[in-house]
Amino acid sequence: MMTAMGGQLGLAYAFVEREIALSKRYWAWELVWLVYGIVTSLSVAYIGLALSEISGVAVDDATVSRTVLYLLVGTIAWRFLGIIFENIGEVIAWERWEGTIEYTFMSPVPRFTHLIGMCGATLVRATAFSIAILAAVTLFVPVDLSNANVLSALVLLAVGALAFVGLGIASASFPLLWTEKGLQMAYIVQAVVLLVSGVYYPTDVLPAWMQVLSTISPATYVIEGMRMALLDGADLLTLWPNVWPALVVGVLSVPLGLRLFVAVERYAKRTGRLKRSG
Amino acid sequence: MATLTATRPEVRPTAGRDALVARSVTKTFKSSREGVRRAVDAVSLRVVRGEIYGLLGANGSGKSTLIRMFSTLLTPDAGDVRVFGLDMRRDEDAVKRLINRVSVEASFFKKLSAMENLVYAGRLYGVAPEESRAKAMEILRRLGVDVARVNEPLEQLSRGMQQKVAIARAFLTAPTLLLLDEPTTGLDIRSKREVQTFVRDLRDEHDATILLTTHDLDEAERLSDRIGILHDGRLVAEGTADELRARHGATALEDVFMSVTGRRLDEADAAAEEKAK
Repeated sequence: MMTAMGGQLGLAYAFVEREIALSKRYWAWELVWLVYGIVTSLSVAYIGLALSEISGVAVDDATVSRTVLYLLVGTIAWRFLGIIFENIGEVIAWERWEGTIEYTFMSPVPRFTHLIGMCGATLVRATAFSIAILAAVTLFVPVDLSNANVLSALVLLAVGALAFVGLGIASASFPLLWTEKGLQMAYIVQAVVLLVSGVYYPTDVLPAWMQVLSTISPATYVIEGMRMALLDGADLLTLWPNVWPALVVGVLSVPLGLRLFVAVERYAKRTGRLKRSG
Repeated sequence: MATLTATRPEVRPTAGRDALVARSVTKTFKSSREGVRRAVDAVSLRVVRGEIYGLLGANGSGKSTLIRMFSTLLTPDAGDVRVFGLDMRRDEDAVKRLINRVSVEASFFKKLSAMENLVYAGRLYGVAPEESRAKAMEILRRLGVDVARVNEPLEQLSRGMQQKVAIARAFLTAPTLLLLDEPTTGLDIRSKREVQTFVRDLRDEHDATILLTTHDLDEAERLSDRIGILHDGRLVAEGTADELRARHGATALEDVFMSVTGRRLDEADAAAEEKAK
């Protein structure tokens, strides 16, 4: 049992090692995404710093500081969750683009192991990017974490990661169903989640029908909970109403996403869609 | 000649002489442009252990579709496929451990080096990186690849070298059944000969069974113990090159092809290309 598990972990590691090697070879693009992430986060933080000028009302330093952290939590948490969703969602599209999809799918690696490996590689990348962005932003913008409960925030982020892994796996199957438009559909789903999840604003400013959508987005609970943890020092007990909905999405979406992916793979094999060109 | 050894996957093929048995395998595709197209039509064939079976056919005759079904990448609409007695649908994971495939286009992570690609491929088949590196170097040398270039990104290597690395990758995992889908297409004469010699040497030295598709008559005759001719998705002739010539009163394989398909091979290729436009 342990040997079999070790063997599967070894297989999964093949994908982590491959992705790290690819990141090194595509280092210029990685740099582009990193700079883009830093610039986006900084731009959002400066909106907070300009609160008085934008609103036309004098705002005290504490409020400005709170607004900056409010915005930064949203932008960095979304960056982290977005990388997970995008990278896992691109599992098929990326292999098709490289021309390796047939080789990967005829190798004797169980699909579960394959996807676990890709999720591992994605978590490494998302964590590295988020830490780098946070570090870079703090060089330019004062970030007040004096009240922060970092542990609670990290737990929420981990729960959010689980939920987005499941959603990413489900969306990764789109390019197998619709070879031309599948990836574009995944990006649209991601954009809608960004809009309704309160990344930059509280969800109660949204129209009623969008607020309904926000209640089914795990990002809503994760980002709101992280704000409570980092701005007000909320502990896990207080945050439980934010933890459990995201946890439910994660616990359901990972196995359902896997089942969907495997079913779609079977369909792709029946219809000839499992090939390098669309 | 050095002997190639590698850890065989821990899968026990069933006893018997048959490496691959396909019975009435059929595959139909639907598209808005062509409507319903039967790419493979009730093909039955048997490849015995240690044999090189050459599947000869023009472009669009169904060779690649058949190979994709034998590679587990495509599910037949009808019929069944057994690899060393294992049912391809029911025992898919076990079958995958026994086969490997070289496709007409080398499919690699082109930014990664040859060695990085080979070590990655080895990992997928449970071969340790150290073993992959040593074995890869040995195979690449035998294929005439300049091993000083194994750490360069693959995109910087010629098409011929990339295809040789693809062949090295397939042998690295010690497949019991090797599916070669037009492995020499697009190679220069010298590279083509090196690959052909390597394929034959491996069959002679090892317990490998090879199913080769080609639309090169010379290659089919040079490498294959038996040849099957595929035309419009159907297997229209099968036998050794001598048997086929004798059966059709022909002096060359080209005449056999003409006799069973009604066209010369190059004409059939040209017609397929025209149809694809």
